[in-house]
Amino acid sequence: MDTAQQAVLTIDGLQILLDALRQRGYRVVGPTVRDQAIVYDDIASIDDLPRGWTDEQDGGHYRLIGRDDEALFGYTVGPHSWKKFLHPPLLRLWSAEHDGQGVRVVAEPDPDERFAFIGVRSCELHAIAIQDKVFLGGAHVDPHYRARRQDAFIIAVNCGQAGGTCFCVSMNTGPKAKAGFDLALTEVVGDSGHIFVVEAATDAGLTVLAEVPHRLATQEEADAAESVVTQTAASMGREMHSDDVHELLLRNLENPRWNDVAQRCLTCANCTMVCPTCFCTSVEDSSDLARAESSRSRRWDSCFTMDFSYIHGGSVRASSRSRYRQWMTHKLATWLDQFGTSGCVGCGRCITWCPVGIDITEEVRAIRDSEQH
Amino acid sequence: MAPPPEPPVHGRTPPDPMVPCVARVRRRRRDAPQVWTLDLEVDGGDGTKNFPFAPGQFNMLTVFGVGEVPISLSGDPAKPGCLVHTVRAVGAVSDALARLGPGDPVGLRGPFGAGWPMTEAAGRDVVIVAGGLGLAPLRPALYQLFAGRARYGKIVLLYGARSPDDILFRREIESWRRRLDIEIEVTVDHASSVWHGHVGVVTTLISRADFDPLHAIALVCGPEVMMRFAITALRHSGLDDQSIYLSMERNMKCAIGFCGHCQFGPVFVCRDGPVFRHDRVQSLLALKEI
Ligand SMILES: Cc1cc2nc3c(=O)[nH]c(=O)nc-3n(C[C@H](O)[C@H](O)[C@H](O)COP(=O)(O)OP(=O)(O)OC[C@H]3O[C@@H](n4cnc5c(N)ncnc54)[C@H](O)[C@@H]3O)c2cc1C
Ligand code: SF4
Ligand code: SF4
Ligand code: FES
Repeated sequence: MDTAQQAVLTIDGLQILLDALRQRGYRVVGPTVRDQAIVYDDIASIDDLPRGWTDEQDGGHYRLIGRDDEALFGYTVGPHSWKKFLHPPLLRLWSAEHDGQGVRVVAEPDPDERFAFIGVRSCELHAIAIQDKVFLGGAHVDPHYRARRQDAFIIAVNCGQAGGTCFCVSMNTGPKAKAGFDLALTEVVGDSGHIFVVEAATDAGLTVLAEVPHRLATQEEADAAESVVTQTAASMGREMHSDDVHELLLRNLENPRWNDVAQRCLTCANCTMVCPTCFCTSVEDSSDLARAESSRSRRWDSCFTMDFSYIHGGSVRASSRSRYRQWMTHKLATWLDQFGTSGCVGCGRCITWCPVGIDITEEVRAIRDSEQH
Repeated sequence: MAPPPEPPVHGRTPPDPMVPCVARVRRRRRDAPQVWTLDLEVDGGDGTKNFPFAPGQFNMLTVFGVGEVPISLSGDPAKPGCLVHTVRAVGAVSDALARLGPGDPVGLRGPFGAGWPMTEAAGRDVVIVAGGLGLAPLRPALYQLFAGRARYGKIVLLYGARSPDDILFRREIESWRRRLDIEIEVTVDHASSVWHGHVGVVTTLISRADFDPLHAIALVCGPEVMMRFAITALRHSGLDDQSIYLSMERNMKCAIGFCGHCQFGPVFVCRDGPVFRHDRVQSLLALKEI
């Protein structure tokens, strides 16, 4: 088989694929049901996958419901994203030992694990590519991100349905996985059975696939897989007119709509925590009582906090209006200036997990409409 | 198997840009109430103690167990073996920094950022407007101007401090005054009758200073409000926005474009600044809470 051809795996084949990855030393992580949500965690077998579950999503609303089939990937995206593995929420950067002579700073060693990600959606592949630009694409490279990222094996899944808050089509990030994976699966559940049509994009993908029983896909199977994504693309829960949003927002920095959204926003930072591209962090130092050892850790931070922009005597962005504006203009506008790409992949998480249901697509629309009046 | 921990980090270019090297305090002196200047020396390792930097750049300094803050280099770029930082104690980390004494270790990462436009200044009058501690990041520029004096036109230093006690580098300013090739005006906000100099904000000195606005370049550093007024006054004197440079201050947790804290619209102050040409940030400066 070569990368131009598609293969077919059965459910049992998928289990063998997971086993093959584990045998190669990967830590296999993927979707699993916990606390009534689909989260990303260690996957020992296909029984850990959310078989027969789907999610219902809307602004401020997320609920798991049973499917009437046995699909393993019949949900969209949940509160977690892969950044929790590649860019951990809390990470020690270094520690220092103090003795009479001085201080010895010891960098945190690289992790001794390689990840295999199962079930990465197209929007998430784009989110990973965006964080690659942040941490690997500039003058400085983040060795912690690189260590986790460089050997990761990625199995993408083409979305079988769109979530209520998805708008990847508007952001040109999905629903079909086009690059950035080793293998991509399309789950086809129908009268004729339950199969995964597989596409391999890299040598690593082909090599692993070669260890797993599979057969070449028929034209009908390839067509069935294609129509799965076509249908998904046609049923996006949200949409955003994105081509000129950079200019739109930057010429509306004083639009009264920011006051309106500030009335609703709780500045709880949920949106930044669930967003797969948000990368901001803060650092914390600690030391033992005797001051013989100290260390610095980095943790996810959010532009919604007051401390984030604090300088002598006050925060630069003291109002919630300015903090929401910072977040949204960064995602959709200044990110482009900084990294040559939008900071939003249209995954809808910020809409779903906002406790008051603030909807980034709606906020853009409101600003756009205000220009018409 | 976990790889063995890396050997202790010495020198200035550890593989992880977030890991500081260990410098030591060589000397500490008081400049003003709450303001101390620390001379640091980088812990050998690679055999050299040199730490080249450009005027206007800053370092991230760590007090172990307390924290890390951005502090400008305030010394002479021609003496790269001695790293001078002038610190005002305003909070947890800067207090701890200002309390360090000779021999104490300091974590150091840097130098970071884009500095003052020393190349662009060649052949032009140079107007330096400093407010308060803003003189510290401008001092390396002054050293460089003096070192290459013949390459520049008139040099004007306009400096404002809160009170006569708050004037930084006082003895040095007196020695600069004895040079006949620089105009220096110092003003204070409040003073008792023993002060014979100017009283009032530094921006009022701009209209009286002697420089050719069509061939001048201005370097401005101080509190943001002071910089706004200074820029207005400089433009009023006839300088265009491409000839005015300012140094911005924002919260910084990394200095290398990773933490996001220093964002100012599309720019990262740590990486694209801290020194900016006015026309590049003008529209952002006009807005509140960006
Ligand atoms: C590019 C640059 C150059 C600087 N150069 C100097 C200098 O030469 N001398 C000097 O005394 N100070 C300088 N500062 C300001 C100095 O970094 C702050 O005074 C210092 O961070 C305060 O930290 P703290 O923990 O003592 O105070 P706290 O009030 O306890 O501050 C808490 C945190 O807020 C942040 N913070 C507070 N004030 C500032 C500030 N003004 N700028 C950036 N972050 C801040 C820091 O992350 C700090 O850890 C510079 C700042 C920047 C951005
Ligand atoms: S801004 Fe919202 S929709 Fe866009 S990538 Fe982040 S969480 Fe997803
Ligand atoms: S937009 Fe919603 S999720 Fe984001 S900070 Fe505001 S209230 Fe929280
Ligand atoms: S200080 Fe972290 S991005 Fe600039």
